[in-house]
Amino acid sequence: MIVEATALRKSYGATEVLSGIDLALPEGSVLALLGPNGAGKTTTVRILSTLIRPNAGSATIAGYDVVRQAAQVRGVISLTGQYAAVDENQTGRENLAMVGRLMHLGRRGADRRTGELLEQFGLTDAMHRRVKTYSGGMRRRLDLAMSLVARPQVIFLDEPTTGLDPASRSTMWEAIGELVRDGTTILLTTQYLEEADRLADRIVLLDHGRIVADGTADALKAQVGGERVELQFASEPEVRKATDVLGAVAVVGPLRLSVPSDGTAVHLHHLLDLLRDNGTVPERVSAHRPTLDDVFLALTA
Amino acid sequence: MSHHSVAAALSDTATMIDRSVRLARRNVDTVFVSILLPVLMMALFVYVFGGAINTGTAYINYVVPGILLLTTGYGAATTAMAVADDMNSGMIDRLRSLPIRSFAVLTGHVAASVARNALSTTLVILASFAMGFRPNATAGDWLAAIGLLLLYVVALSWLAAGLGVVARSVESASTLSFFMLFLPYLSSAFVQPGTMPSWLQPISAHQPITYVVEAVRGFLTGVPVGNSATFALAWCVGLLVFSVALASSLYRQRTRR
Repeated sequence: MIVEATALRKSYGATEVLSGIDLALPEGSVLALLGPNGAGKTTTVRILSTLIRPNAGSATIAGYDVVRQAAQVRGVISLTGQYAAVDENQTGRENLAMVGRLMHLGRRGADRRTGELLEQFGLTDAMHRRVKTYSGGMRRRLDLAMSLVARPQVIFLDEPTTGLDPASRSTMWEAIGELVRDGTTILLTTQYLEEADRLADRIVLLDHGRIVADGTADALKAQVGGERVELQFASEPEVRKATDVLGAVAVVGPLRLSVPSDGTAVHLHHLLDLLRDNGTVPERVSAHRPTLDDVFLALTA
Repeated sequence: MSHHSVAAALSDTATMIDRSVRLARRNVDTVFVSILLPVLMMALFVYVFGGAINTGTAYINYVVPGILLLTTGYGAATTAMAVADDMNSGMIDRLRSLPIRSFAVLTGHVAASVARNALSTTLVILASFAMGFRPNATAGDWLAAIGLLLLYVVALSWLAAGLGVVARSVESASTLSFFMLFLPYLSSAFVQPGTMPSWLQPISAHQPITYVVEAVRGFLTGVPVGNSATFALAWCVGLLVFSVALASSLYRQRTRR
């Protein structure tokens, strides 16, 4: 296991923010820590990236202890924090070159690596512009590029897409996806199930400093029952006609029914045919995929 | 090169100095204000108040050393803002998660502060010549005055860096520049302490700014320096040692894991 944490605890005063976290990442895997604000995601990342010490428990990265061998750990990891750590008044190129020099790549080595990363993250055209003129998405990409200068073995990404518009988010996902394909071990935190689903092999669900679920995205979704179709009817008699033919359904509002579905068009077609044959047609139809809220309600209730 | 050798530490410090100087150079507003403000104050004192203040010499010759201290004090204080910005943004986390001595970030800001102040002080001296400042200093006197001012800037910049480390925001760090603008008024920078109320006189006669002002005034305009230079030097060295110790201790506390 390249990342291994055992019974991590962290308190600030009387408030316990982590109440015993165990994690294990095999090399080349991608783990998402999923949870709402205050769940302990950032605290976990800060402990693993040597910024804070745990009150109890231990963790190793590539065999190095995060407390006793912090310097060695820093040599193999990189951290991309929640707020883009870039200098507004330096250009994209200067920001990258600065990290290259700090990592002692030598002038030529730093230049070469800077060029590669600018290219990889689509920032070559903007490399001579000061970062303050960059969009939110460009800033995040530069931030990520800066954490890759020394080719770290383990990358921590703390909410890499929070606050980004959908287009920038998907560009960021592509960039992260590329790292995944290169075999980098990644631990990311997110509030979005969709993001965890798309990027991670395994999801650990955190709530109030505890792990409440751990598994693949599919396994978690299965626990909350997958997708549902909601049907809105015009009147009570129509609802009765529908329940007669559909059998077990959930009533989710006045004149609103919710039916389990596999999300395919074939199933929706079948559903509507069934209703029409029984003499009713819903006024509105909407499909619902399980959201983080659903997963949470199901697993923390 | 190992990340923990002396050479690595020097190289990291050089990188951070390079960064801070570049950032300072591009922060045109700050550089502009740190030059314009002292020049305006100098004009105000020379042309408006100066006529009413009797110092026994041409007032501009009396006031320029005080203006130079005000320039450097104000300029050094802005270091607190630059440091606070790094400490309260993601930058400090980035630097701390790299295998480097992240304390170099403070050294970078202090070096940039010295460079910025060297520029603003030079320009303020040129402006003072234009307003009629006529020092009668030898090259040696100039060197002594510049050396003392430099020591004062380095010491104050470290103090500012230390305060920047604990400031919770850039705004709260900026209050230091207010104090640095205000303190010279309670010294012999603008009026002779003898004209102040008796309870204020001991304070203004013995505060460090008075000693530094008196020493610089002595070097540049030939008034007797007395033991001001010795006291000024002692104050500056003491302040420097105290400030560096304070900054490193506060930095360790703020980044304690």
